[in-house]
Amino acid sequence: MGLTRLSVGKNAAGGDVSVGTADVTAALAGNPNVGKSTVFNGLTGLHQHTGNWSGKTVVTAAGTYKYKGKTYRLVDIPGAYSLRAGSAEEEAARDFIALGGADLVIAVADAGALERNLNLTLQILEVTPNVILAVNLLDEAERRGVRVDTKALSEALGIPVVGMAARRGRGLEDLRRETAAFQKRPYAYTVRYDPAIEREVNELELRLENILDGRLNPRFAALKLLEDDKGLLDAAAEKLGFDMREHPDIEPLLSESRRRLAEAGVDRLTDRLIERVYRCAGEICAQCVSGPAGYDRRQLRLDRLLTRRLTGIPVMLLLMALIFFLTLKGANGPSDWLYALFERLGDAMSRGLRALGAPAALHDALVLGVWRVLSYVVSVMLPPMAIFFPLFTLLEDLGYLPRVAFDLDHSFKKAGACGKQCLTMAMGLGCNAAGVVGCRIIDSKRERLIATVTNALMPCNGRFPILLSLITVFMVGAGGWGRSLLAAGVLTLFIVAGVAATLLLSRLLSRTLLKGESSSPTLELPPFRAPKVGEVLVRSLLDRTLFVLGRAAAVAAPAGLLIWLCANVTVGGQSVLHLVTGFLDPVGRFLGMDGVILTAFLLGLPANETVIPILIMAYTASGTFTGGAGLEDLRVMLAQNGWTLTTAVCTCLFTVMHWPCTTTLLTVKKETGSVKWTVLAALLPTALGAVLCAIVAALGRVVG
Amino acid sequence: MELALSALPEGTAGVVEGIGRGGELRARLLDLGFTPGARVECLFAAPSGDPRAYLVRGSVIALRGGDAASITVRREAEAWD
Repeated sequence: MGLTRLSVGKNAAGGDVSVGTADVTAALAGNPNVGKSTVFNGLTGLHQHTGNWSGKTVVTAAGTYKYKGKTYRLVDIPGAYSLRAGSAEEEAARDFIALGGADLVIAVADAGALERNLNLTLQILEVTPNVILAVNLLDEAERRGVRVDTKALSEALGIPVVGMAARRGRGLEDLRRETAAFQKRPYAYTVRYDPAIEREVNELELRLENILDGRLNPRFAALKLLEDDKGLLDAAAEKLGFDMREHPDIEPLLSESRRRLAEAGVDRLTDRLIERVYRCAGEICAQCVSGPAGYDRRQLRLDRLLTRRLTGIPVMLLLMALIFFLTLKGANGPSDWLYALFERLGDAMSRGLRALGAPAALHDALVLGVWRVLSYVVSVMLPPMAIFFPLFTLLEDLGYLPRVAFDLDHSFKKAGACGKQCLTMAMGLGCNAAGVVGCRIIDSKRERLIATVTNALMPCNGRFPILLSLITVFMVGAGGWGRSLLAAGVLTLFIVAGVAATLLLSRLLSRTLLKGESSSPTLELPPFRAPKVGEVLVRSLLDRTLFVLGRAAAVAAPAGLLIWLCANVTVGGQSVLHLVTGFLDPVGRFLGMDGVILTAFLLGLPANETVIPILIMAYTASGTFTGGAGLEDLRVMLAQNGWTLTTAVCTCLFTVMHWPCTTTLLTVKKETGSVKWTVLAALLPTALGAVLCAIVAALGRVVG
Repeated sequence: MELALSALPEGTAGVVEGIGRGGELRARLLDLGFTPGARVECLFAAPSGDPRAYLVRGSVIALRGGDAASITVRREAEAWD
């Protein structure tokens, strides 16, 4: 659920992060899930969404802050384990650190896993000595009895080191001060390799120094040339305007070096470099870190509960049902209250318009069109979202989502996909466009495509309210605890159906268009972190709920006007809306729905939030309905228009399985760069939904 | 005794001897800290028994059976023999 104000906000620069006009530009680098985004938010006051899992930041974000009269530009780059790019994010991180032209790099490290984090820091130090090391999550490490001697670390590395617990604000001021006081330095700690390797590195480095002229660190370039790191060398060639590998001074030297290394018996150069870097990291840690190295036993007990054969999946389903239950139960009252409020305001507006002598058409367009849709969207969407988002964010902050990916990985493996797809699906529950962007965390291109094309099978928050209202009014009825519990169970079933459909389509794709075996994902399971409840509440309310609601309202208001016009502009004695719904009615009936429902889904293409309002409008326009659009009114109206349980089930199924909204489709196009996959992303879920609906409809006809 | 990491019983630890596979996975495993000499503990397994979670250099990494099989480890207890 990575959709936040930041991703579209005016202070944020997504994607293109050229170095701007700030006095100092600092890149924020680090392993995944070490709190880079928390540090970024702490320093800039922005609200890049953070979560307790690897790869939360998939888009490079930039922000600025002022400190003692100077402007600092901070670039939050995606998490990376290494500068040897394995994934798209690591590639982005590597290119920015090596070639982005930042004045300094702030390397954020997890105090609890310093050795592995130093692996990256030492690699960054091979690119530039202008590094500040921010040892974050000190509080968590301290709780486990791990102590980090930042002073000794600073002496060992020859760079400033700041101890931090960024979530609690600890160390932020120190980091600001160190960044302000930072002086470019000629050198810092450098990993030294075997003499045989060093000789070749030094020779190339000397020659490269003149050629590169400060645009890229010559020692780093020499290492990459010897390793033949194609990704970096290609990126460097683009930036430099020439390819170092083909440079007349370098090419002969390089092949000579390679030959000598082979003669000296140095094979698997990359392995040797990585091993050496880890050895150095281990030695430094031995001097600077003390405390127990094992896994916390309390964490282990919780982990085992969440992953055991007997408890893993049931706990997951129960948690999901519990969240839905709290959402449904808690949202009922406020929804009714909000709707009543909107109705009163609408009446007032209606009276006002009449008093002003507004023409009847304008009055109806505003009150029955714009206002009614808006009031539905706000009153039906706001309360559940205000409950669902914070609860979901709590689970996310705790670190539960990677455990779900871990538990379900085997199922995804059998479908020829990757367990990390669960993380992108969880993002899809918030917003499918965000989920599609999130697919970048999946390394294998084939599996990334599978996850991208199937993401729409997770109902986003635009579609969630459709399920919520239809289940409440049609399958279980509003009211009592038992009914809310039942509704939560039914909703869970629909989500499980979405997951099953995802697995089915993934499997189908792996067998046909995207043939191939499942790759080798490596998933990091972060330690559980106690969520900061207050912050979660504020953040998910402000950043997610209101943002999503604002978007929905912005789409819903003009949509309301448009639908009203369609319902009231007549061609040959029949309204445009009526003509369309009439045309689609046979297809709709075959799928267990009707023409109006299909029309609503089609018109809901720009934003699914508008599906129910369009339904209401269309039925209202046909003149059989005179009440409001509260939940009970909704039930009566739908029943009057021939809805049965079959209709409701089919509509819910189709809600989960049909084309995604235009924003999502555009995102798929952007991410895959392919029309074919974009079309399939719309077609496949729709086909599956249509087949299932037709089956349910046929069964319904037999039974009923 | 040397054995594949995938055969290391849950709750026991070993020391990495080497990775018997090339390519991208090898580089990734090395980057994650599965380098020769690193201590690895098998913590727990997914409901189906695969993947399993390993503690290496302070962090927990989940690997599928086939991938863990490419890492050779020496049982820790036997290091004392």
